[in-house]
Amino acid sequence: MIALEFPPINEILRWKDLFPSFNKIALIAVAAALIGTIVFLLAGSKDPMKAPKGVRNLAETIVEFIENGIVMQTMGRDGLGWTPFLMSIFMFIYLCNVPGIIPFLQMPATARIAIPMFLSLLVWVVFIGTGFKHQGIGYLKSSLFPPGVPKALYILVTPIEFISTFLVRPFSLTVRLFANMLAGHILLVTFALLSEALFQAKGNPGLIPVGVLPLFMLIFLTGFEVLVAFLQAYIFTILTAVYIGGAAHPEH
Amino acid sequence: MEALSALVAELTGDEEKAAAAASSAGFAYGLAAIGPGIGIGYLVGKSVEAMARQPEAAGMVRTTMFLGIAFTEALALIGFVVFILIGL
Repeated sequence: MIALEFPPINEILRWKDLFPSFNKIALIAVAAALIGTIVFLLAGSKDPMKAPKGVRNLAETIVEFIENGIVMQTMGRDGLGWTPFLMSIFMFIYLCNVPGIIPFLQMPATARIAIPMFLSLLVWVVFIGTGFKHQGIGYLKSSLFPPGVPKALYILVTPIEFISTFLVRPFSLTVRLFANMLAGHILLVTFALLSEALFQAKGNPGLIPVGVLPLFMLIFLTGFEVLVAFLQAYIFTILTAVYIGGAAHPEH
Repeated sequence: MEALSALVAELTGDEEKAAAAASSAGFAYGLAAIGPGIGIGYLVGKSVEAMARQPEAAGMVRTTMFLGIAFTEALALIGFVVFILIGL
């Protein structure tokens, strides 16, 4: 048999503090915020009249992706003012997700629930605030009493709408991002441990070539995580856009 | 299952509880993955059909597809969180 012991969950998610109350997760989060800000400040300082190249080209691609792929698809032309907010969220989540596959970092900062929870609370405050700003107190009426429903059914519909709009939305935003990144991280750890244990199988040398199989799976999953890191940032941003768009313009 | 119950019979107190938690965590996640699996498969299949029939609407269909996937997938992910909470 091979000696394979899966480490306790705290061991794969936790590092000792770099200095008090500042660990690797905080380091990744701060780095993500700084890198995003610096890239866009650099891009903004370039001459806009020349053909874009280098860092400005990258920044313009991202802005165009947010505008055409997210804002125009969900909020329409009126929502273009939300591009900076959505792009900040997208870049921050993406840069927090990507360290999950960067060697030696190997930890997505969003796999700890604090960052997703804070981001979705922010989104929650923003979309409710937008609703009250655009519709006043009528926001509660349009979100809790959707039009076109028979009067008697409001006893049933109103609590459901309340729970799904004000409680489930931030919860599901949090859990979606957090659980996806955590699941990816645990999968990578599992296959890395399995191939390591097979390569070092002392008692049974026949097992050593078998270790290639989980290694291939590990490489495949690393590629898959590249996709997941992007997709989760995209889904978080597009759901934010849908929520804000729905709060700004009630369904008629 | 017999092997499992034989294993549980040999354990005592806390060990038994931990063994039951570990095995039920596995069942919990497996059950939670069935529904969303069917749902996402159906959703993506229908979206591909729609995109093939009307390629000019592909962008809109894709956006809506990702939204649907996000909502469907949430159920499986809650199952995964429960799996961690009771299993570890």
